[in-house]
Amino acid sequence: MNKNIDTKKIIISNPLRLDCGKEINNFPIAYETYGELNSEKSNAILVFHALTGDQYVSGKNPITNKDGWWSYVVGENKPIDTNKFFVICANVIGGCMGSYGPSTINESTGKQIGTDFPIITINDMVNAQYELIKYLEIEKLFAVVGGSMGGMQVLQFVANFPDKAKLAIPIACTSSHSAQNIAFNELGRQAIMADSKWENGFYSNYKLNPDKGLAVARMAAHITYLSEKGLQEKFGRKLQDRDSLRYGFEADFQIESYLRYQGSVFVDRFDANSYLYITRAMDYFDLSKQYKGNLSDAFKETKTKFFVISFTSDWLYPTSENREIVIALNSIGADVGFVEIESDKGHDSFLLDVPSFLKTLGDYINSTYKVINERRI
Amino acid sequence: MKEEFNIISNLIEENTRVLDVGCGNGDLMKFLQENKTKDIRGLEISKEKVQNCLSKGLTVIEGNAESDLKQFPKSSFDYVILSQTLQAFLNPELVINELLKVGKKVIVTIPNFGYWRVRLQLLFKGTMPVTENLPHEWYNTPNLHMCTIKDFYNFCSSKNIKIFKSIALKKSRISEINKSNLNYKNLDSHLGIFLIES
Repeated sequence: MNKNIDTKKIIISNPLRLDCGKEINNFPIAYETYGELNSEKSNAILVFHALTGDQYVSGKNPITNKDGWWSYVVGENKPIDTNKFFVICANVIGGCMGSYGPSTINESTGKQIGTDFPIITINDMVNAQYELIKYLEIEKLFAVVGGSMGGMQVLQFVANFPDKAKLAIPIACTSSHSAQNIAFNELGRQAIMADSKWENGFYSNYKLNPDKGLAVARMAAHITYLSEKGLQEKFGRKLQDRDSLRYGFEADFQIESYLRYQGSVFVDRFDANSYLYITRAMDYFDLSKQYKGNLSDAFKETKTKFFVISFTSDWLYPTSENREIVIALNSIGADVGFVEIESDKGHDSFLLDVPSFLKTLGDYINSTYKVINERRI
Repeated sequence: MKEEFNIISNLIEENTRVLDVGCGNGDLMKFLQENKTKDIRGLEISKEKVQNCLSKGLTVIEGNAESDLKQFPKSSFDYVILSQTLQAFLNPELVINELLKVGKKVIVTIPNFGYWRVRLQLLFKGTMPVTENLPHEWYNTPNLHMCTIKDFYNFCSSKNIKIFKSIALKKSRISEINKSNLNYKNLDSHLGIFLIES
């Protein structure tokens, strides 16, 4: 949350017209970079984070003191090797890690913006981050990469800026949020709004926080990130610190204890209103609708190379939805590779240690970087 | 293998757009990329092989030719290659039709079941043939629809598929197949290579 974070930040002075019709300007974008930009500026990779991610992709996250959210993928000698690539990641607008969001202080009132914050979309997030790329004076990114909501941003980025990235890697995502996904997000939002401490989004004015609601939202969402098999193997019906059932509503089972823990640590690092705004942005995401029902048209102008990745046990953004992106790209003859990675770890696979995923991703990025550089020479 | 790659490569014009169906570990794709054209894609059903291809930076899609060729628009490739895979499909006729839609020209290579070594095994041993080119036993073979050079030649005539070029390969010896030598080539070649068009 926006508590005295010492973070890299720029103020975007260009007015940005949001999809909801409102205009914002002089707003902050918080970001982090890893590795060095080479002299030709040809090694930059923009990473987009998912719903509860932030700009701290790798290394230690200064807020949570835990490893960055994509430490398996980004870092020295990792698949996206920061010895070689210059990696940029920005907190999305609507977020709570320093970019313009509902917990930003409104200077005229001295209070958090709360639910006076405008509704934002994936398109708005991407347009805001493009301002950062301009600020960093990078004419063309080597790659845009992201999983889940990060993958949606990858798709939107290429649609909006067809000549600004050589390679696009959307992972475990969709081009259009499904009814099931909207349903789970709505469940989370209702949990937050049902918390009496939510105060219509102005909880900070009363020094309150809808912790309970936000924790329930996180618990429900967390289940959707795992697979049935993964849950069964990890937890089964194992009991938590006890030998027998207690005949009450304490956390008898390990899975209950695990979810409660996940909920409780989440509320320490995430703002409830940001959760509302960002899930809304995901629900509103429908790239094919933006192009009158023809997803292929979103990519008609681009020569960007695509690599789409899905996971066998991901039922939140299943392979079939990832494949629709591949089909749309193939139908216009775009350069697209696709693989479904075998994993029991559900939607979360893209964040975890899944060796065949990490190897394929790393090898692909490195050999493509080599090929593209060779061609230029 | 090398001979087959050379023949296929010679059938392809430079800087054209190619799709390799059943591209395996991408060896042919690599070969063509170095010798003929950079614009080459692959379709492969095995996850492991797809990952191997992607690791080499090749543009490959995990998918099944019988259901996934539909997504490519008509004539979107100059050449579609099907190398020694036709016999493994449930419905080879459907696959050939799909290939002819997607590609302006199609290159099909066929392990020849009419090769005399194959015939002799069945004739004298009385068992299903196992050769260097067809190394599987009857109970574990992925090959569902074996055919001979003659079978494929006749198939093309009966379906009004134009054969531009038909080449027979025996070890490393290359020769052309025509109507008059068809029976002989069908007996004396281990591989048939056809360049066809609908």
